[in-house]
Amino acid sequence: MTEAARSPRRAAYAGRPASPGLALGPVIVDRKAGPRERVAGSVEDERAALESALAAATASLAELMQSTGGDAAEIIEFQLALAEDDTLSAPAFAEIATGTPAHEAWAGAVDVLVSDYQAAEEEYFRARAADLTDLRDRVLGTLSGVGELDAGLPEGAILLAEDVTPSRFLSLDWTGRGIALTGGSTTSHVAMLARSRGVPMLVAIGAVEAGDGEIALLDAETGRLVVAPDADECSGIAEHMARRNEQAEFDANEARRPAVTAGGEEIAVMINVADPAELDAIDPEICDGIGLARTELMFLGAGGLPDEETQLAAYQRLIAWAGSRPVTVRTLDAGGDKPIPGYTLDGESNSFLGVRGVRLSLAHPDVFRVQVRALLRAAAEGDIRIMIPMVSVPAEMKRVKTIVAEEADRLAGLGVPHRVPPVGIMVEVPSAALALERFDTDFASIGSNDLTQLILGVDRDSEILAPLFDERNEAVKSAIRQLIAVAHDKGRKVGICGQGPSDHPDFAEFLVGLGIDSISLNPDSIIEVTRRIAAIEGG
Amino acid sequence: MTTPSTASVLMEHEVGLHARPSVKLTKLAKTFDAKIEVAPAADGPWIDAKSIVKVMAVKAPKDTVLHFRAVGADADAAVAALVRLVEADFEDETV
Repeated sequence: MTEAARSPRRAAYAGRPASPGLALGPVIVDRKAGPRERVAGSVEDERAALESALAAATASLAELMQSTGGDAAEIIEFQLALAEDDTLSAPAFAEIATGTPAHEAWAGAVDVLVSDYQAAEEEYFRARAADLTDLRDRVLGTLSGVGELDAGLPEGAILLAEDVTPSRFLSLDWTGRGIALTGGSTTSHVAMLARSRGVPMLVAIGAVEAGDGEIALLDAETGRLVVAPDADECSGIAEHMARRNEQAEFDANEARRPAVTAGGEEIAVMINVADPAELDAIDPEICDGIGLARTELMFLGAGGLPDEETQLAAYQRLIAWAGSRPVTVRTLDAGGDKPIPGYTLDGESNSFLGVRGVRLSLAHPDVFRVQVRALLRAAAEGDIRIMIPMVSVPAEMKRVKTIVAEEADRLAGLGVPHRVPPVGIMVEVPSAALALERFDTDFASIGSNDLTQLILGVDRDSEILAPLFDERNEAVKSAIRQLIAVAHDKGRKVGICGQGPSDHPDFAEFLVGLGIDSISLNPDSIIEVTRRIAAIEGG
Repeated sequence: MTTPSTASVLMEHEVGLHARPSVKLTKLAKTFDAKIEVAPAADGPWIDAKSIVKVMAVKAPKDTVLHFRAVGADADAAVAALVRLVEADFEDETV
């Protein structure tokens, strides 16, 4: 970049993306409603004042709940329940009886609870403090006769605040705007709302020096706020945003369209699912099936290891949702970072390389056979595919296939409807990736997170090592290149499960270039990746 | 003093007794006249099941066995309804 293009006042701040997106526009520094002068009356006046302020808050929350829906209504309902709870207001009324003004008594009572929440160990409870302060300020506003603070935000505005309350969020139009919080949390109710409404939001930025109206660039994708950005940064982002907006109009339709590269190759885009309940909120039309259905959650329930019928019901639920689309179910991948108390081994010195995945299944064939039977029965009703995790030597697949055949025989003997579906490897151990030709597998699905961690020898959960963890490392790409070539040579399909293609457009392009058959992602990344694929020239 | 109606139920809700489940629980409890208490263990501490502030303060995680006890004319119905709510994973069957 040339010196001339550099903005002298440019300052960049890092933050945590709480809701993805970009915004470019004037900073609006949030001004908290200061404690308004309020003349306190008699004890009786003050008691009546708080009573009517609480009644007003309850009424306006109930109204707000009516006018919103879904997540937003539930968030407001929580505040409504707090407003109606005597436990919260009783200490305030007790204080008023001793001569304290209503606003001080109310703020004092709520703040006790706020600091309780803020001191909580769980981030979830800390995040709820914002709901309490929201309610506190709503009642204080009524007490001092202030209405809503905001007239509205200018075009493209980036609100810079310590935190934003849910009701404040809901009272403003955020189209084309963004939120930069010096504090805040990715698990707050506001973060949830921002995500569901597509408002870019960055949290935990820390102190920011910016004046009202100063132009800033909010990049809630890579996690930075740039105050007084350089001219070419601005035009770059403006271009990026224009493209995004153009695309956004077609969102609903686009997601339903098959993912086709500009060169005409069609790629199946599937979703990863951990809990069948997630599917209720997802339109099956947006994808080509389920590329990875995890089964660990089912095994973590209080009822102990699930029996055949329980498992069958869970797989049937997946099929019912998917219709004729494929449903790839990964057999129990416990161990490593997913222990199951009483089942996986405790105290392994290196559990990621320990008894997990297929190793655990083959160590407990009785448990594994139950899962296999349930899957074979489900396969009679839909396009089930069985995926085996953590396979490292050919003998494991041989054993798995033998067990599948034996269980099919057993079901046949009992006259139970079933079908032997394709059984494939989740390729995540380098020994499988580099010698795939030696494995008996009907398909291959690359588990890019584990494959990367194991090739690079980098703990994928280590924050310190995060810069080293990269699916685009040449050795990882070389292994992927090789295994796709081997699989295709044998006429086997290859997919990938992992966020790599959605995190890195060049990685998606790399996979498409190699002729990957399917990409499986978290549901919220579908549109983005479908779009990325469409942008790939191919050929 | 009358013997309270009691029951216990395993809470399998994924996130535990968070905001939404707590709202549902207190809302349902308030539809009964009985004095209703809930506890995260058989020996307490017993807290008012009609207070969202108190219910949230329990911070009961997933797989907690919730104990209910109620005293009053509709105590039996109240306890049964609350158990059903927890069993139904806090999905709406309340009015």
